[in-house]
Amino acid sequence: MVVPPELRYTKEHEWARVEGSTATVGITDHAQDQLGDMVYLDLPKVGTTLHQLEKLGEIESVKAVSDIFSPLSGEVTDLNDEAVKSPELVNQDPYGRGWLVRLALSDDSEVDKLLTAEQYEALLAQEQGE
Amino acid sequence: MSESESLRHTPLDGQHRALRARMVPFAGWSMPLQFAGIIEEHRAVRNHVGIFDVSHMGRLYVSGSDAASLLSRAGTYDARRLEPGQGHYSLLCQEDGGILDDFYVYRLAPNRFLVVVNSVNADRDRDQIRSLLEPAMDATVEDRQESTVMLALQGPRAIETLARVMGPEVPQGLPRRRCTEAQWQGEALFVSRTGYTGEDGFELVAAVEPGRALWEELVAAGAQPCGLGARDTLRLEAALALYGNDIDTTTNPWEAGLGWAVTLDDGAAFVGRAALETARSRVERRLSCLATAGPGIMRSGCAILHGGQQVGRVTSGGYSPTLEKSIAMGYLPSPLAAEGTNVEVEVRGKRLAARVVPRPFYRRPTARRSPSEPPVS
Repeated sequence: MVVPPELRYTKEHEWARVEGSTATVGITDHAQDQLGDMVYLDLPKVGTTLHQLEKLGEIESVKAVSDIFSPLSGEVTDLNDEAVKSPELVNQDPYGRGWLVRLALSDDSEVDKLLTAEQYEALLAQEQGE
Repeated sequence: MSESESLRHTPLDGQHRALRARMVPFAGWSMPLQFAGIIEEHRAVRNHVGIFDVSHMGRLYVSGSDAASLLSRAGTYDARRLEPGQGHYSLLCQEDGGILDDFYVYRLAPNRFLVVVNSVNADRDRDQIRSLLEPAMDATVEDRQESTVMLALQGPRAIETLARVMGPEVPQGLPRRRCTEAQWQGEALFVSRTGYTGEDGFELVAAVEPGRALWEELVAAGAQPCGLGARDTLRLEAALALYGNDIDTTTNPWEAGLGWAVTLDDGAAFVGRAALETARSRVERRLSCLATAGPGIMRSGCAILHGGQQVGRVTSGGYSPTLEKSIAMGYLPSPLAAEGTNVEVEVRGKRLAARVVPRPFYRRPTARRSPSEPPVS
C-alpha cells in the first residue's frame, strides 16, 4: 500500500496534506483498495464547517458505502468536482487527482493529533495481522 | 482455526491467488470477488469476453431409464420434454409451492441428465432429489461437484475464444440453450450455450485437471478473469433472479415472471404442483425493475415507497456499469408494477426518486450493424 511520507493520517483511513493553514483531504490507498470500484461521492457544500473526526460525507463503491471523516477542523473551501464526476479517480490516484475537499483550518495544532506516515503504516500492519 | 481454513476451495483456488484475486467467503466457499476490479470485469464481459470459475455450484448427474421421470417429479419444468442436447431452466419447490432453488437441467442422452444447482443449496437439493427415488426406479443421482470444474465463458467474443482453444466445430455449431459432450485433450468436456450474464457464451464442465488447463488456456486466449462482483452486476442488468434475494420460499413463480419454468399442462406431478396450480391464479404482486436518475445506490432490503407509504422492498439492487446509475428489483403490488410508475426508495434515511422501467435493464445487441448504419434508437 502506498503511504506518502509527507502526509498525515487518521485511523479511519483519511489523509491530509497540510500547507500553512489549509489542508487537502482524501482517503488512503488502503481505503480505496478495500472499498473497490467507486461510483458515488457525497461531499459537503463549500462553506460547511467541520470539526476534527466529524463525518464529512460518504463514498460509495459497487459493493459498499463508507463514511468519510474530516481529519481536521475548518471550513470547506473547495470540492473536487472532477472526482465527483469521475469517482474512479479516487481508485486510480487517491493522493493526487482523487482528492476530495480543501479546508481552511481553524486550529493548526490539531495536526499533531493525526498519525504520521510511520504510525499509519504500523496501523495497517496491525489490521492486516488481525 | 481461521475462517479461510473452514471454507471450501475450488480446484482453481491456486490460479485465483496467483492472479491476486480478492477472495471472499460465499456460501461456505472461498471465492474470488474480483480480479482487476468489478467495473472493468463487467465491461470486459459486455464488450469482449470474461471467464468465471463457477465450480462452487452443485453438479448432479442423474442417470437411468427412470432419470427423466425422476426429474419430472423433482422440478417444475417437465424434463421428459427435453431432447438430448437440450437444456431448460427449472425450479425446485416445497409441497406448499415455496421455491427452494432455481436450477438448470440438461439432457445429455436419453437416460442421462446434468442438473446444475446453486451452491448455497447444493447439498439440500441433492438430498431432496434423492428422496424422490423409489426402490423400483432405475435411476441414480451422482454428486460430481468435488470431481469437476465448471467455468462460464461470457461475452460477444466467447465463440471465437472457445474456438481458439477447442476448435470451431462445437463453439460455432451449438445453438442457444443447447448442450453437448465433446472431447478435449482426450477427456470429456460438457459445453452448453447458456449463462447468467445476458451475453452470449458458454458454460463448461470438465474433470479437475483438464478443467484447470481449460481455465489457463481460455485466459491465455484473451478471456478476462471475472469474480462474483461482476457476476452479480451482470445478472442484475439482465434482470435475472438470484435465489435468496429475488425468489425464495415466500415467492411464487408467476409473481417473479418465471411461469415459463413451470409445466402444468400435461406435465408431471412434481413436488408443489397442487399448491402452484392455486398460486397461478393469485398473482397480486410482480417483481419489477427500478432505476434511479441521480446518485445513490439502491440495495437489497431498502424500502420502496409510493405516495409516502411502503409498498415493497428491494430484493436485489446495485450499480449498473452499463447504464451508469443504480438499478434494482423488488416486488410491487400489481397495479403499481406498470412501467413508468414513480416510487421512492429509502437508502440510509434518504429517499431516492426511482421509476419502474422495462425488463431487462440491458439487452445485448442481437443484430450486427455495419458502421454506416444508424444506431437503433
